[in-house]
Amino acid sequence: MLDFIISKYNYWIYIVLMMIGFYAMIGKRNLVKKIIGINIFQTAIILFFISTAAKRGGTLPIVEHAHDHGIHQIQAASYVNPLPHVLMLTAIVVMVSTLGVALAIVIAIYRRYNTLEEDEILEQRKWSRNPLL
Amino acid sequence: MVPQSPALVVVIPLIFAFLILLLGWWRRGLCYPITIGALSTSFLASLDTLYTVLTAGTIHYYLGNWEPPWGIEYVVDHLNAFVLVIVSFISLVVGISSKRSVERELPDKIVYFYCVFLLQVTGFLGIVVTGDMFNLYVFLEIASLAGYALIAIGEDGAPFASFNYLIFGTIGACFYLLGVGYLYISTGSLNMADLSQILPNLYHSKVVLVAFAFFLVGVSLKMALFPLHVWLPDAYTYAPSTVSALLAPLMTKVGAYVMIRVMFTVFEPHFSVELIPATTILGWMAAGAILFGVILALAQKDLKRMLAYILVSEVGYIALGVGLANRNGLTGAILHILNDSFMMLALFLVVGAIMYRSHSREIPQLRYMHRKMPFTMAAFVIAGLSVIGIPPTCGFFSKWYLVLGAIDARQWVFVAVLLISSLLAVILFFRVIENAYLEPREEYTGGGSELAIATEEAPLSLLMPILIAGAGILLLGIMSGEIISTIIRFAVPGCF
Repeated sequence: MLDFIISKYNYWIYIVLMMIGFYAMIGKRNLVKKIIGINIFQTAIILFFISTAAKRGGTLPIVEHAHDHGIHQIQAASYVNPLPHVLMLTAIVVMVSTLGVALAIVIAIYRRYNTLEEDEILEQRKWSRNPLL
Repeated sequence: MVPQSPALVVVIPLIFAFLILLLGWWRRGLCYPITIGALSTSFLASLDTLYTVLTAGTIHYYLGNWEPPWGIEYVVDHLNAFVLVIVSFISLVVGISSKRSVERELPDKIVYFYCVFLLQVTGFLGIVVTGDMFNLYVFLEIASLAGYALIAIGEDGAPFASFNYLIFGTIGACFYLLGVGYLYISTGSLNMADLSQILPNLYHSKVVLVAFAFFLVGVSLKMALFPLHVWLPDAYTYAPSTVSALLAPLMTKVGAYVMIRVMFTVFEPHFSVELIPATTILGWMAAGAILFGVILALAQKDLKRMLAYILVSEVGYIALGVGLANRNGLTGAILHILNDSFMMLALFLVVGAIMYRSHSREIPQLRYMHRKMPFTMAAFVIAGLSVIGIPPTCGFFSKWYLVLGAIDARQWVFVAVLLISSLLAVILFFRVIENAYLEPREEYTGGGSELAIATEEAPLSLLMPILIAGAGILLLGIMSGEIISTIIRFAVPGCF
């Protein structure tokens, strides 16, 4: 069992991180903490993708400066897989834009309700919806 | 027959989204005509794409001439082309209708509004046209991020509703991305056609099963399928009226398209139907969605919120058709993507027009509305009859195929659910129609038998799209036989 955990430790770390982020997104009542949760969640996924690309003893996938200066036939096994890195560059851009939009929305919420606590916002919303209460 | 048309459909709104920022600083009045120009060009390109698909078969467009599976490929078959035309047409109609309501609701944000509006449309079109799993994720996020921004500029509760949508949408998109990652680990490919060839040997791998589960949950979150719909009613109620009219017909339908694509193209129907009971679970979730949406819609006093709950139940219809997994069911689901887009377009545009004139959308305050806005209310009645499923309107035909599919699958519970939800829809819409059309008797109004109520119809730029949508509902109903025999027959996956 321990071997199983240790040999695949990168996946375990990603799962633990992702669950921490997931908990913060769903469980925390403060909007900024929720945003931090989103960030942890997305970072965990990036970590997962990058760790799948890694190879023991692998080098940079640039052919000119290869292990034997490109004299011999290229062996894919000795290079780190570059594709997940490229995918994650795009995912980082998406993550940053999500963060930007989320912060902008939070600013709009703060201007309106003067608080970032979900409970207090819901309380104020209830009052504004039923003016008779 | 322009060979570049599949790319042009997406590229034109994308380029003009950024041109609008520049030109809008110079002349604000240019934003509206540029948007209409870009959307109509995109619509023409999508029509051209559909025509090419109908005459010459599936289009493969290699971006930058990089061959798949290395490069990103746009694949347009009958299903794509069909949804592509729906998306570009509906966004054009909403674009036309946006002029007056945006000028009134967002007077100082016109430039930014149209920029994000075009980005939103770009996202939708990109999702539909692409043949690459990761590219689909990027377009999904473009569409979602633009959607969060557009919803957040709405009325009082909008930023908070949009924040909730952002949380759920991000979870959905991240699950989708994880699914892509799992598939990439086990196959080494991101191209849909390539994946569908590699995957059959790996169907018993746990990794592939988990990937499929992530896809299904992620896409269900994006299309607001029943237990995962919680973000939808708030977000679509508080959004500006133009934005609800754009998002309500399209976001859920594009999600449904992705679901059909993943279940039946990337994975084989054999996997989704027999190896794991995905379609059965989907069917029961959908049946829950249909009843839950309609019943909660009954409890609403706010007209727009009522429509949002009807949308939840309409998503259920499409998912039910997919869950039935037979020829009639899928025909009904794909036809319902078209029909429901038009119904939701008409209904949300009408609510926008009512809001524009009377600043209220409480159902009891609709009194005398048929005298104030006769044409708008006529379109509302047509759309309402279509949601109920009365024969000449298009809603009847998709429900007919869904019921036939449920009978073919011998799922009598689903047949009952479909019929009950139609009956409940009758109550829903006649409650509105009663308030808008039937006038109180004289003794209650206090004598004055002929109340002088002037006609104040919505402005022409708002009325035209409503009439187009209303006429479209009738026309699609009459033409539905031809639509099925020329397009949908080929769009249903071959083995059904």
